[in-house]
Amino acid sequence: MNWWLFSPEFALTGAAFAVLGVDLLLPREKKDYLPALSIVGLVAVLALSLWYLWGRDEQLYDGLFLIDDFSLFFKGFFLVLGVLTVLVSVEYVRQHLSRPGEYYGILLFSVLAMMLMAASGELLTAYISLELLSFSLYVLVSYGRRGLKPSEAGVKYILLGAFASALLLYGISQVYGILGTTRFDEINAALAAADSPLNPAVLVGLALIIAGLGFKVAAVPFHMWAPDVYEGAPTPITAYLAVGSKAAAFALILRLFTQAFMPAFDDWQIVLVVLAALTMTLGNLVALAQSNIKRMLAYSSVGQVGYLLMGVAAISPVAATGVIFHLAGYAVTSMAAFLCIIVFYNATGKENIGDFAGLGKRSPFVAMVLTVSLFSLAGLPFFAGFTTKFYLFTAVAQGELLWLVALAITNSVISLYYYMMVMKQMYMEPAEDETPVPVSMLSRGVLGAMLAGIIAIGIYPAPLVDAIEAARSVLVWYVV
Amino acid sequence: METLDSYVLTALVGIPFIWGVVLAFLPSHRLQHIRMTSAAVAAMLMALTAYVFLAYDNGEGGFQLTREVAWLDSLGITFLLGVDGISVPMILLTGIVGLTGVLVSWTVQDRAKEFFVLFFLLVAGVYGVFVSLDLFFFFFFYELAVMPMYLLIGVWGSSSDFGTFLRPKEYGAMKLMLYLVAGSILVWVALMAVYVDGGIGSFSLVELREVTFSVEFQRIFFPLFMIGFGVLAGLWPFHTWSPDGHVAAPTAVSMLHAGVLMKLGAYGIIRVGIDLLPQGADDWMPVLIVLGTINVVYGAISAMGQRDLKYVIGYSSVSHMGYVLMGFATLNAIGVGGAVLQMFSHGIMTALFFALVGVIYDRAHIRDIGILEGLTKRMGLTAGFFAVAGLTSLGLPGLSGFVAEVMVFIGVFQDYPLLGVLGIVGAAITAVYILRLLSKVFFGPLDPRVDPLPDGTRLTDATRLEGFSAATLVLFLVVVGLYPKPWIEMIDSGVAPILARVAGLQ
Repeated sequence: MNWWLFSPEFALTGAAFAVLGVDLLLPREKKDYLPALSIVGLVAVLALSLWYLWGRDEQLYDGLFLIDDFSLFFKGFFLVLGVLTVLVSVEYVRQHLSRPGEYYGILLFSVLAMMLMAASGELLTAYISLELLSFSLYVLVSYGRRGLKPSEAGVKYILLGAFASALLLYGISQVYGILGTTRFDEINAALAAADSPLNPAVLVGLALIIAGLGFKVAAVPFHMWAPDVYEGAPTPITAYLAVGSKAAAFALILRLFTQAFMPAFDDWQIVLVVLAALTMTLGNLVALAQSNIKRMLAYSSVGQVGYLLMGVAAISPVAATGVIFHLAGYAVTSMAAFLCIIVFYNATGKENIGDFAGLGKRSPFVAMVLTVSLFSLAGLPFFAGFTTKFYLFTAVAQGELLWLVALAITNSVISLYYYMMVMKQMYMEPAEDETPVPVSMLSRGVLGAMLAGIIAIGIYPAPLVDAIEAARSVLVWYVV
Repeated sequence: METLDSYVLTALVGIPFIWGVVLAFLPSHRLQHIRMTSAAVAAMLMALTAYVFLAYDNGEGGFQLTREVAWLDSLGITFLLGVDGISVPMILLTGIVGLTGVLVSWTVQDRAKEFFVLFFLLVAGVYGVFVSLDLFFFFFFYELAVMPMYLLIGVWGSSSDFGTFLRPKEYGAMKLMLYLVAGSILVWVALMAVYVDGGIGSFSLVELREVTFSVEFQRIFFPLFMIGFGVLAGLWPFHTWSPDGHVAAPTAVSMLHAGVLMKLGAYGIIRVGIDLLPQGADDWMPVLIVLGTINVVYGAISAMGQRDLKYVIGYSSVSHMGYVLMGFATLNAIGVGGAVLQMFSHGIMTALFFALVGVIYDRAHIRDIGILEGLTKRMGLTAGFFAVAGLTSLGLPGLSGFVAEVMVFIGVFQDYPLLGVLGIVGAAITAVYILRLLSKVFFGPLDPRVDPLPDGTRLTDATRLEGFSAATLVLFLVVVGLYPKPWIEMIDSGVAPILARVAGLQ
């Protein structure tokens, strides 16, 4: 076995410990070295992965980990996301949080966990990776200092997360009990060989696994934790949670449902269709009623999960590309939106939608980036959201789910309404306080880069789509 | 020239977009520079559209000046541009209205830079729709043309307040946005269905029109196109966003929106709906012609009852777009040709109307036709231009509206004589409200509530720039009215192949 294939994971673990260790040595006023060190670590791991793992298709630990283009793509995805999250965090952590060492260290561990999730080829490995991610996030979510909300968010997240893990584990045990294996490829073979209809115990196992993962991605009816957690967590962690843990869960879901569960497609498709329809509709309708912008984005991200689940329900090579593509577009867009909120919060300490009144005059640049990201989330053109949604919806329509696409498009319009309410505040309502909102050069640069990313994905998506197609082509496809 | 020609359409889309982006990063305090350069860009675009108009070869027909760039192979999306006899007049219209729109926006003071940024993005979207031959990009630009509207109206618009009748600009902006995006739900669903059912893995209109869709499919999905695009074209009963939105919008945006954007909807019906699904079109046309007739009559009657000058024009747009829909519904050469000519004629005319209403509102700060009276004494030039627009509107021979409406009526009478009569009744009602408006607002004694103004100054006439804009628009109304042959020939070359496909069904 070639241990070197695991070198990025080892390196990232080393970087995480290095951050924790250096933190002990740094005096209080030099804590700003920590995010710099984290970024160096993440970028180094990214370079290492790209250089060493490019084009490989191998296994580790007898199939527990799969080193292929799919893993590599998501390694890149999560590492870049990690860099963005660190950049987004710098000022927020400095102003609002104590103990930056643990913050950045645990953040790196969670990136490691996401990389492992995308690479797992076996249920228990996936479960352990997921738990590493969840535990990191439990800590990060309750990191805030002020008031009861961080504690409430933390407790809620831990309790419901543990419950979801239990469901997942129980589902895994059912599958193992009947099929006698937890490896994806062997599950696949066993399902293909099984008589129809399937043993009900396997179906129960499948349902529990879907429910467990549904909790992690906040699919309706397993979404209750999301708004409170999003609101109570430090905003950079909210962004990270909205994008990272979702992407990791979908990486796992894509791998699991194609590699392992594809032969039972007819049995689980309807479940996902119903979940998708409920998730997008409820998420968008409830978002209409929110007055806190973080809660609004929480519900809107529930809506986005609905679109992604729809892509899984219509699974096909094109749909898989669509799901990953939409995830990528959503990642950039959502990070940009959250950074705008962070910048605003750092300056004013407010995060209600009404507080954004007059932002168009107080900081035209932040208002513009927020407007662009909201338009992109709503799926309007020139921006990532339009192109990725169009791709995803087309793929789903090809999967003979045109009615579901119609529902999704209708939901996009509903979402446009509550996004426009934010724009109304920013541009049409007078500000209570006319003082300009200061934006640091760092935030300006990151916002600019993400703005460029949103537009690039929107008008020139071919390179990204090519990379995604390379990634998803290693998944095993069966003609259903 | 061959190679340059293939870039003309790309430039039409690219220049306004790039200018919008560049402008966003220029300093906003140099207002005069921003206006001058924007006007120069708009003039350049108009020159390009004029070039396209002259370069298009009617005899050859078909799609010309085409350009194709691979964009996303896995879905079969190509950046495919080209124009035919229907789209060329439309982009010429966009060029004219775009330039005059910039010129009348000289009075925009507040956040003028941002105004022009959004305005040029809007213009880029409009050009994009008219030149795209790939459904993805068609829809991309279609949505792009809707997107800036919310901010353009909400920030720079004006509210209507008549005590009992209050329409804040935010209301108009939101209503317009939601109606148009709701319409595009139907369009998007139908596009997906066409793509999937076409089964050739391509969004190219040129390739998809070779596919014969099943009769059942066409019957189900044509109405989605008809209503989805119809919302933007002001189709009754989905027209109510149009008066509210146009009234609330700032002058240049009203011009562009009523003048050009409503035509995007009509253009979508013929370019995508009728061309791709001719059987569905044939089956649904009786419905469309009834709705179109209601548009004409209902819009005209509503216009009669308005007190806000801008609402009169808003409802007259609804009424005039009805002729376009009626013309399409005839599915014969003269009716459809008349409809396309009406799109051009109405675009110029309504842009002129809104420009002049903008001038009046800018000077008098009211639009209440119960108060406005005798403006000719102070604003002779404005009154003169307004009279020309009004006469075009009621179909005076020698002006473009007459040619277009006569063609539509001839087409309608071939199959639906009763509705043709109703259409003419609509034209008669138009004459009533236009003439009443002209006599009340412009002639008669000057009302002391209007002049002198509260600050003691007198009303001033249109500036030279505004006069130039209006004169440009009037020029086209007269030219098309007196010598419509080049326009009609060009439109025929575009309409004929589409109608041939419909005729080939029987």
